[in-house]
Amino acid sequence: MKRTIFFNNKPKIIGCSAVAGPKESSGSIKDYIQIKLLDDMFGEKTFEKAETKMLFSAIKDCFFSAKKSESEVDAIISGDLLNQIIASTFSARNFSCGYVGVYNACATFTEALTLGAMMIDGGYFNNVVCATSSHFSSAERQYRYPLELGSTRPPQSQWTVTGAGASLISRNGEGPKIISATIGKVVDFGVLDANNMGAAMAAAAANTILTHFIDCKITNNEYDLIVTGDLGTLGSRIVKDLLWEKGFDIEKQHVDCGELIYSIKEDEYQGGSGAGCSSVVFNSYLMDKLKKKKLNKILLVATGALLSSVSSQQGESIPSIAHAVAVES
Amino acid sequence: MLIETLFMFLKVFVVGGAICVIAQILINYTKITAGKILVYFLLAGALLQAVGVYQYIVDFAGAGATVPISGFGYLLADGAIKGAKNSLFEAITGGITSAGMGITAAIIFGYVFSLVFKSKSKRN
Amino acid sequence: MKTSKEFTNENYLDYVKHIAPKTKQKRTIFHAFWVGGLICSIGQGFRMALESVFNLKGDELSAYVSMIMIFLGAFLTGLGVYDRIGKYAGGGSIVPITGFANSVVSPAMEFKTEGYVYGTAAKMFVVAGPIIVFGIASSVLIGLIYFVGYRIF
Repeated sequence: MKRTIFFNNKPKIIGCSAVAGPKESSGSIKDYIQIKLLDDMFGEKTFEKAETKMLFSAIKDCFFSAKKSESEVDAIISGDLLNQIIASTFSARNFSCGYVGVYNACATFTEALTLGAMMIDGGYFNNVVCATSSHFSSAERQYRYPLELGSTRPPQSQWTVTGAGASLISRNGEGPKIISATIGKVVDFGVLDANNMGAAMAAAAANTILTHFIDCKITNNEYDLIVTGDLGTLGSRIVKDLLWEKGFDIEKQHVDCGELIYSIKEDEYQGGSGAGCSSVVFNSYLMDKLKKKKLNKILLVATGALLSSVSSQQGESIPSIAHAVAVES
Repeated sequence: MLIETLFMFLKVFVVGGAICVIAQILINYTKITAGKILVYFLLAGALLQAVGVYQYIVDFAGAGATVPISGFGYLLADGAIKGAKNSLFEAITGGITSAGMGITAAIIFGYVFSLVFKSKSKRN
Repeated sequence: MKTSKEFTNENYLDYVKHIAPKTKQKRTIFHAFWVGGLICSIGQGFRMALESVFNLKGDELSAYVSMIMIFLGAFLTGLGVYDRIGKYAGGGSIVPITGFANSVVSPAMEFKTEGYVYGTAAKMFVVAGPIIVFGIASSVLIGLIYFVGYRIF
């Protein structure tokens, strides 16, 4: 069985862009976000339309930052959290490029990056855009309660990021290189609480990181940063514990996009989550540091909880997945 | 008179608050969601009235017992019990007759306000 | 194929439970108490006012009081205030009849984008529907039991 891929041609990330809502734009990575929104409706009538427009803007701006025209891009690989990934498909209908829709909940971004890198490395395509988005208000309705319902948020809960991020991967050009990727495995330890997704996803993250270390025959010291997607404070602690148990102490290298994105005060509790979380942080803050060579080698591990509102209602546990992508400056 | 009124308010406050505290304890210690809490309290109110207890709480604490959702259950059960004295028809319709105002108000105000207002996104 | 139950890893779940942040019990209970008490007191205020001004009594009085409380709950939900109260007070604002109004109006507003018939009207009772179902079912059951009881005894 083989889960780790090494890219011989090292696809380059030559363009990136992140669009973020008002709350994210005032958080700790605010200086790195390319497009900051003052209003999370983005001038649209519904939250779903706003999310679609965010994803569209991120992809468009990504073309621009890579200095590529639409006709030079072969395919867009994108996903989001809405039913039937409509934010992705509806934004993709505006472009003439091919489209591949993917879904792995909040792990979609690294899934898209992995697939994109494979297409480039295999020599099939020259330029591919990988993008994901999420929106607090549309996700809240999708997975939880109506916005105006006066319910309390338990302390394990996370806050879905309102934002979209896109990366343009190319065979040629200048930019951080994707060197390897580890495909995740669906892991389920029987966590039932849909408000505690960090705990469910940490198991998957630990599995993928461990597999990556073993397959690459490296240790945690290989990387400057090991970035998990949206485990939150609790999930981060669990993944560190689980890996420590297996003999890898990632305490020093580990950082979580969910913990990073907000200046956590009160209501976000565990930090951000959502498909947009890892893609916003990666395409703004992390890409900036990689381009400036402040970071040399990072492992991005986006994590996804593969539940639906139907499965939770039927009492199923939460299977989770994590895909890892190693990027070198 | 004034002291009586104040004492009444104190009773309302304490009983009403206590009913809410029971709900909060359930929320804290179990995984029961808000929708289910409402159902359980409604059923508890109806059951307590069916065995004839809730009336005493209502007499004692007024709005402290009628404003919580258990008071709605009390109203439903009370209507049914009163109707049962007269006929089978009223035994069946009695509950919804006395609770009719609440349900109608919820539907009418609910629909009207949802036309007027829009869901707002949250910053926190 | 294995079911969800067979995947359960008890050790892991115990460990998660052990390190998960706890709800601040005392604080939430205090918040629920005073907000719940206050909402009921407002109801009592209306009760007394209607009693003395319009001379209403009994069931009629309770019905009008609940109507006013439902109006307030629905209005505050529309203004976007009730979810704030709910976040602070928890049970204190869920259990009063204003919370019932909130659970009707919030989905109605939320699903307005899906149309006035299948959106607003159909989704109005996604949260509050069970209350009506169980409420009416229990009242009919109680009515029937009492009906039989009155005829026998």
